[in-house]
Amino acid sequence: MSDKILLKMVNIHKRFPGVYALKNIDFELKEGEVHALLGENGAGKSTLIKVLGGIHRPDEGEIFINGQRTEINNVFDAQKNGIAIIHQELVLVPHMTVAENIFLGREPMKGKFIDKDKMNTETEKLLLTYGMNFTPETLVVDLTIAQQQMVEIVKAISCNSRILVMDEPTSSISDKEVDFLFSIMRTLKEKKVGIIYISHKMSELWQICDRVTVLRDGQYIGTEEVKNITKDHLITMMVGRQLSHYYTREFQVPGKVLLKAEHISDGNMVRDVSFELHEGEILGLSGLIGAGRSEAMHCVFGLTKKYKGTVWIRGKQMHFTSAVDAVKNGIALVPEDRKLEGLYYVQSVKYNATIEVLRQFITGIYLNKKAETEIAAEYTELMNTKTPSLEQTMRNLSGGNQQKVMIGRWLATEPAILILDEPTRGVDVGAKAEIYAIMNELVKKGLGIIMISSELPEIINMSDRIYVMANGRVTGCINHADAAQETIMKLAAE
Amino acid sequence: MKSYPETKTKSLKIGQGIIRYFRENLGIIIAFIVLYAFLAINPDTTHAFLKSQNMFNVLRQISTNLYLACGMTMVIILGGIDLSVGSIIALSGCVAAACVVRYGLSIPVALFAGILIGVVFGMFNGVIVSKTTIPAFIVTLATMNIARGLAYVYTGGSPVRVVSKQWQFLGAGYIGIFPTPVIILVVILIVTGILMNNAKFGRYIYAVGGNVQAAQFSGISVTRVKFWVYTYSGLMAGIAGVVLASRMYSGQPTAGNGAEMDAIAAVVVGGTSMAGGSGKIGGTIIGALIIGFLNNGLNLMDVNSFWQYVVKGVVILLAVFIDFVRNRNKK
Repeated sequence: MSDKILLKMVNIHKRFPGVYALKNIDFELKEGEVHALLGENGAGKSTLIKVLGGIHRPDEGEIFINGQRTEINNVFDAQKNGIAIIHQELVLVPHMTVAENIFLGREPMKGKFIDKDKMNTETEKLLLTYGMNFTPETLVVDLTIAQQQMVEIVKAISCNSRILVMDEPTSSISDKEVDFLFSIMRTLKEKKVGIIYISHKMSELWQICDRVTVLRDGQYIGTEEVKNITKDHLITMMVGRQLSHYYTREFQVPGKVLLKAEHISDGNMVRDVSFELHEGEILGLSGLIGAGRSEAMHCVFGLTKKYKGTVWIRGKQMHFTSAVDAVKNGIALVPEDRKLEGLYYVQSVKYNATIEVLRQFITGIYLNKKAETEIAAEYTELMNTKTPSLEQTMRNLSGGNQQKVMIGRWLATEPAILILDEPTRGVDVGAKAEIYAIMNELVKKGLGIIMISSELPEIINMSDRIYVMANGRVTGCINHADAAQETIMKLAAE
Repeated sequence: MKSYPETKTKSLKIGQGIIRYFRENLGIIIAFIVLYAFLAINPDTTHAFLKSQNMFNVLRQISTNLYLACGMTMVIILGGIDLSVGSIIALSGCVAAACVVRYGLSIPVALFAGILIGVVFGMFNGVIVSKTTIPAFIVTLATMNIARGLAYVYTGGSPVRVVSKQWQFLGAGYIGIFPTPVIILVVILIVTGILMNNAKFGRYIYAVGGNVQAAQFSGISVTRVKFWVYTYSGLMAGIAGVVLASRMYSGQPTAGNGAEMDAIAAVVVGGTSMAGGSGKIGGTIIGALIIGFLNNGLNLMDVNSFWQYVVKGVVILLAVFIDFVRNRNKK
């Protein structure tokens, strides 16, 4: 990191009708620096990034790039000034090759035709520089999410971007891929690129970031050197109060066996998986992305119909062929990707909260609207979901509140067994702590929870026992007392 | 417990429902009122337009379109499309008429047979759309051609005339002072409204159209929902077919040509998104009214029928554009 200042944003203000989104924000990025931007959902991170990217114009304030005052009025201005934003939702064209994507809109020409050879060789060079193991002619649709992210990064670099914004790049990739991403980021640092890094995973800060700026409620809270700051201090800065118990968990002696699975195989991702879940315990399921964790749970829940092996619920042998059967027998599964697998975006909170329990208020053609509202209100209240009304459209809620609606929806079925697949992904710190507290309450009442998670601190602090999976197999089971990151990582890499 | 805005009494509920209905459909309701007022005031049309006979005529014409549009609203909320309904009208009308003329069956049996044709085609669409990943557009494009072709083959291309007073009751008759098709329409609207708003089935349609994968995770049988929705659409087309055949005293292989497009237009003008997952039958009703009165008005004003197409197209675009602007402002 050099001391040359690449980007300086001073006194940025942005108002939307009814919302003061950014109040007097200062931000600075040096050459070769990874600068984390931290804050809860709604703190103003994305608005600030959109101002930088030319999507929003600031009402007041100035932007300096390389010391020169610069107006960024639109996306092209941002690109011209070497700013590239890698969004959470990737914007590659799925059925085009890697090379075509990287050179989209600025294809090298030979006369009137695109010079494919040149495009491919240039891309090849770039891919080699960053140690990527796919060819320029691979179709983007055939790449993993992590690889697609790499393509986005390479695309940004190839446009000579000096300022790179990464919006939660690690939220949907596995730890191994995160390591690879970090190594690329280190290469970029050496090339004097400045990186603005947004992430909800705080532990990553100490691995890769130099400085951190915290926003809260649209206000600038402070900028600190990462090496001089503790996690507790950061959380206090973010939420404005001390979260004394981030992980709420009162361990108790587990009760009877609720769910027992033996030798589960789906002939693809899941190979001979066995486990046991007791009343009043949280079972952590750890492993890399693609280890077969979600898939194993899909067998238990009846989403995968054809699987080998045996499942017992309270000692009774079961083989569910649909989610309906599973729900009837007291199992609930909150899926991994709430946007893709859970939410009805254009419908109301009420609709989303009650879709699982329609029979409680619809009999034939008689709809009991009062009961519907009561159920929705009860679980919105229980989950402490923040929504202006039950009629609010789902897509207007923050990630944390959407997740709370999802969990509430399944709690309404009054399950005995709750399977949570990545329950806190894309959820801000405050809401995370609340979700942990609710999980604790639930197991105290005797529920059994299976939590799939890629976040090790969460798994370690919340679980009674941790099963680790790798390549579709269970590679180990660790008790809470013996849980340590290294042990889990080792088992996950087997 | 935190209190959420909740309605207390039944009368208040209904009042709020109406207010909400107006608010949600403001754009097209205004468009409809403007159109209606224009036709009522304009000296060229006022005389003919306001006659009760004309009103009933328009409603009669709108009826068959709205039968189709009821099915189509479900299909489009489901994220699909049903292009076959226009052709099904022809085939079911021809079959019903032929049942009387060729086989001497009683009229109720013949009508039933005609409707059954619609249901069978709907089921066929439903099976293929729900069991395969072939797009509904393609499947129903195929069945559209099949049904139209069969209607021509079956009739040899000429209308099957039915001479019977009883036959005309369904399409051209009256129950009390109301035309029979309008009474049928009211029944269909009530049934569809209840299915969409009160029954689980309706919620499942929104769920499947809004997010298929989520619906699967919720344990909703996506296959079954799709199957029944297309079947319902086929049923509506069957009913429209026999009503139309009754009104025209004959089963005509050319009947219902392009009817699917009018139905889609009514649904889209009514504010249902082609992307699926959202929409309301109430909007579709206004959509159909706008298109129906527009046709009527253009006829009364003696607008060249070639130009009528152009005007209709512009109105469809305008109506959808109003919604687009309103939604953009909301965000």
